[in-house]
Amino acid sequence: MAASLSDAVRTFVRDGDTVALEGFTHLIPHAAGHEIIRQGRRDLTLVRMTPDVVYDQLIGMGCARKLVFSWGGNPGVGSLHRLRDAVENGWPQALEIEEHSHAGMAAAYAAGAANLPFGVLRGYRGGDLPGRTRVATVTCPFTGEQLAAVPAHRPDVGIVHAQRADRHGNVQLWGILGVQKETVLASRHSIATVEEVVDELAPVPGAIVLPSWVVDAVCVVPRGAHPSYAHGYYDRDNEFYRAWDAISRDREAFRAWMDEHVLATVAA
Amino acid sequence: MTFSADEMMAVEAARRIDDEAVCFVGIGLPSVAANLARRTHAPRSVLVYESGTIGSKPRELPLSIGDGELAETADAVVTVPEMFAYWLQGGRIDVGFLGAAQIDRHGNLNSTVIGDYDRPSVRLPGGGGAPEIALGVRDVFVMLRQSRRAFVDRIDFTTSLGDRVRVVVTDLGVLEPRDGELTLTQLHPGISVDTAREATGWELRVADDVRETEPPTKAELDALRSLRTKGET
Repeated sequence: MAASLSDAVRTFVRDGDTVALEGFTHLIPHAAGHEIIRQGRRDLTLVRMTPDVVYDQLIGMGCARKLVFSWGGNPGVGSLHRLRDAVENGWPQALEIEEHSHAGMAAAYAAGAANLPFGVLRGYRGGDLPGRTRVATVTCPFTGEQLAAVPAHRPDVGIVHAQRADRHGNVQLWGILGVQKETVLASRHSIATVEEVVDELAPVPGAIVLPSWVVDAVCVVPRGAHPSYAHGYYDRDNEFYRAWDAISRDREAFRAWMDEHVLATVAA
Repeated sequence: MTFSADEMMAVEAARRIDDEAVCFVGIGLPSVAANLARRTHAPRSVLVYESGTIGSKPRELPLSIGDGELAETADAVVTVPEMFAYWLQGGRIDVGFLGAAQIDRHGNLNSTVIGDYDRPSVRLPGGGGAPEIALGVRDVFVMLRQSRRAFVDRIDFTTSLGDRVRVVVTDLGVLEPRDGELTLTQLHPGISVDTAREATGWELRVADDVRETEPPTKAELDALRSLRTKGET
């Protein structure tokens, strides 16, 4: 159903929830993240393969208690400084981390979407990560092979951005698809922000459609992925990703930027 | 023609990519090397990016592994769970490139933390695709600038295992596993064994047949310099 972003976030995202904003570099739901910040949500467990700038902002603004992730950098640029400051110095508050590999995170989302208790993969062998995260070993009942098991992701709320929806609320996305479908299907509730609503969803090569009845709220938010991108609508703002390095490096500069560009603005 | 250390590194890594090799490519130097190979001696090599793009032929180098350019020029775009399950775990990737903050003499890599895990002095981005790339591809190629900070006796955290590391290309030369230990097998032009030893945090083994790397050809340098990163002016 169509909703305003502020209503959707107010209805579905509660303090203490486990929330996954997904989008693998493409279609990252930045506008939804900003609305969570504006509404002052606290103690969230944030799940995301690549935390990216959107989680750097949520963490720096004190919304998160815990982060579940697999790669926490600014792609092609360097560190996520707010994430680092939280992990290294506990600013603005301590951040618990549960760290996985990409393959493990992907398997955990797929298991959640399939209503299975865990995902299985050939991974996490050797190295120090298994001793630091939630992973176990299962034995294949047919071959005896030892495999890694990761607990399924079952977020309270999954949030994705997509190119468009039709008037019934069916959501269509294409280009790099990431784990958005799995995130929506694994989550108890889901919100999709979209660039536009159209009368009919014309077929696009490689596109997927999330039927309206698996999405709780569809919100029209043009440029809702910026500085990430929406294939066919606008490009990734690489200049912003580079600029974020300096903005986020300093606590004061970060807060000033967030005040001006997020707190002082209103949701679409 | 004069060339930089990074250019030598990219050229030497690119030369090791066979035509028709299927390469799992990360961002930065590996992406430069793989795209250079595709534009020179290995036009049929297949570039796979972990964002799910298979057979990408970017006109400009991407800044992130998920730039739109990679999807637009791909033979196929798959979801991330499919990428890791069907393609990487499925055993369909020949070469996987990895970088790291630290490496040890066995090719084990750290891209997770410097210092203690619970109280790190530097929290690095983490493993991402690396743990399963290191286990799932036929050959791991490492690209890493050589220094005592990076080439250490003991890494602070083992993010990925060195079992399948076949070559480490640095800005000084090339290391390859010989009898279970990374051994210097090539020196880039103008680099001495002492320089390589100085930049290594363990007692570096040097192969008896250590040779000088062929300097980049004009064709290699021209192709390399025509590659520019999207968004760079």
